[in-house]
Amino acid sequence: MHRNMIVKITLLALLSFALIAVFLFFQVEGSWDYVIPRRLKKIAAIVLTGGAIAFSTMVFQTITNNRILTPSIIGLDALYLLIQTFVVFVFGSTTLTMMHKNLHFLLTVGLMVLFAGVLYKVMFKREGQNIYFLLLVGIIFGTLFGSMSTFMQVLIDPNEFLIVQDRMFASFNNVNTDLLMISVIIMALIAAYVMRFMKYLDVLSLGKEHAVNLGVPYDYVVKRLLIVIAILMSVSTALVGPITFLGLLVANVAHELMRTYRHRILIPGSILISIAALVGGQFIVERVFTFSTTISVIINFIGGVYFIYLLLRENKKVW
Amino acid sequence: MVEVRNVSKQYGNKKVVEQVSLNIRKGKITSFIGPNGAGKSTLLSMISRLITKDSGEIYIDGAEIGKCKSNDLAKKISILKQSNHINIRLTVKDLVCFGRFPYSQGRLTKEDWRHVDEAIAYMDLQEMQDSYLDQLSGGQKQRAFIAMVMAQDTEYILLDEPLNNLDMKHSVQIMKVLKRLARELGKTVIIVLHDINFASCYSDYIVALKDGKIIREGRTEEIIDSQVLREIYDMDIQVETIGSNRIGIYFT
Repeated sequence: MHRNMIVKITLLALLSFALIAVFLFFQVEGSWDYVIPRRLKKIAAIVLTGGAIAFSTMVFQTITNNRILTPSIIGLDALYLLIQTFVVFVFGSTTLTMMHKNLHFLLTVGLMVLFAGVLYKVMFKREGQNIYFLLLVGIIFGTLFGSMSTFMQVLIDPNEFLIVQDRMFASFNNVNTDLLMISVIIMALIAAYVMRFMKYLDVLSLGKEHAVNLGVPYDYVVKRLLIVIAILMSVSTALVGPITFLGLLVANVAHELMRTYRHRILIPGSILISIAALVGGQFIVERVFTFSTTISVIINFIGGVYFIYLLLRENKKVW
Repeated sequence: MVEVRNVSKQYGNKKVVEQVSLNIRKGKITSFIGPNGAGKSTLLSMISRLITKDSGEIYIDGAEIGKCKSNDLAKKISILKQSNHINIRLTVKDLVCFGRFPYSQGRLTKEDWRHVDEAIAYMDLQEMQDSYLDQLSGGQKQRAFIAMVMAQDTEYILLDEPLNNLDMKHSVQIMKVLKRLARELGKTVIIVLHDINFASCYSDYIVALKDGKIIREGRTEEIIDSQVLREIYDMDIQVETIGSNRIGIYFT
């Protein structure tokens, strides 16, 4: 059984590398020195955010024991849009576009992490609250942020709104090198930190009571994993825009393909699927649609079709 | 020994368990009985740290459970709740392997596998060890969960209504296994039961709870008695001795 898994992971890895290679070397016209580094940067951003989204969604679903949730449910995406809209609403679009990239990035990440931190702090202080209560509060905040964004978007100048709208979709087209470096460092630190909790994931998927029975320091572990998820989500959203939609798809495809409960296989699998989907999607956006659509649209379309296929194919248990 | 000292728990204004003190003897089967809402399951969950207590202390072999490391406790005490819905698809063997987590942290050694195989054999699950849990009947599934608890190899085994939804045959099978665990392996079994006759036939001690308090505790013979049972359940239960067992008749 294990060999089977390794074969699958290897195939996925090959697929990802093949797609990356195609993306890098397809129709290199003109100077290689100019084209390749720019494409590499995109690939780096994709690998980084794709990996972060896949990992956070997988872990989030394990913690909540629910295969249809994504971390966006705690309202981080909505907060991101609120921050963008707020900046345009108060300072005008020139500020948003002209603002120093690093400052903007750090501000956005900072606010998102702060929000998640405060949310957790308040929720976890009340002992015995279950995680679904946290999610419920998250949904309410998300809706609140969404409504506030809409309110401001309605009031601003239509031209300004276009700038905001541009931020509403994930884009790998203008990734800043400095930000990429910062993100790489943050995510490397997170990865090093989170390693110690990896062994608990399989047990956590049995549910809280079994996990406690088997000696997992449940509250301690879950709290830390949730913080890690918030940071990863914040960094990747601030880097390329809201792309949490990807997580749900990727996590479920990973479950379907791998058919195991072992996170040692599921997590690498979902990260590879995520990278393949993003690189493939970006390639189609650039070459087929020549930038006339966004990668969110492509992924959502393919993902939606795949989901319907899954539902129709299996009358038995999908989840 | 498990020592419970003045333990209370309340939800909102409702006191579910009130100032309960109790000693549970090693190597014996102790049953908690009592009407619905008496606080049996809550007490069991507090002893096994699944839920926190509002006040009081619980000592397991002299150590207060709030001060122990969770992983160390997992090698001493295990609990099986009545509903064991699991979201992921597991085979029986996978499930039983999870029982070794406190020792192996997910990387099973030879020693761990020995325990897993023993537990599977003990519960008579060899034939279905590679079947998925969702393919098993209620009784088989319950046995698989008990095998997991066995693989955990703890001195204390707590079970919350393990006979729930099982037919007579499987109920008897499970109770016999628990008896063997206590007699052959010297485990301390603490079990919440609804059927007083199962409690009567298999347990050494019975603790009767009502409205969050212990109203009676003692050897099985002392509790399975018309007078005492009336006090617990507010109904007339005729007790007859059949063979060597005391059986309460409460159906009509």
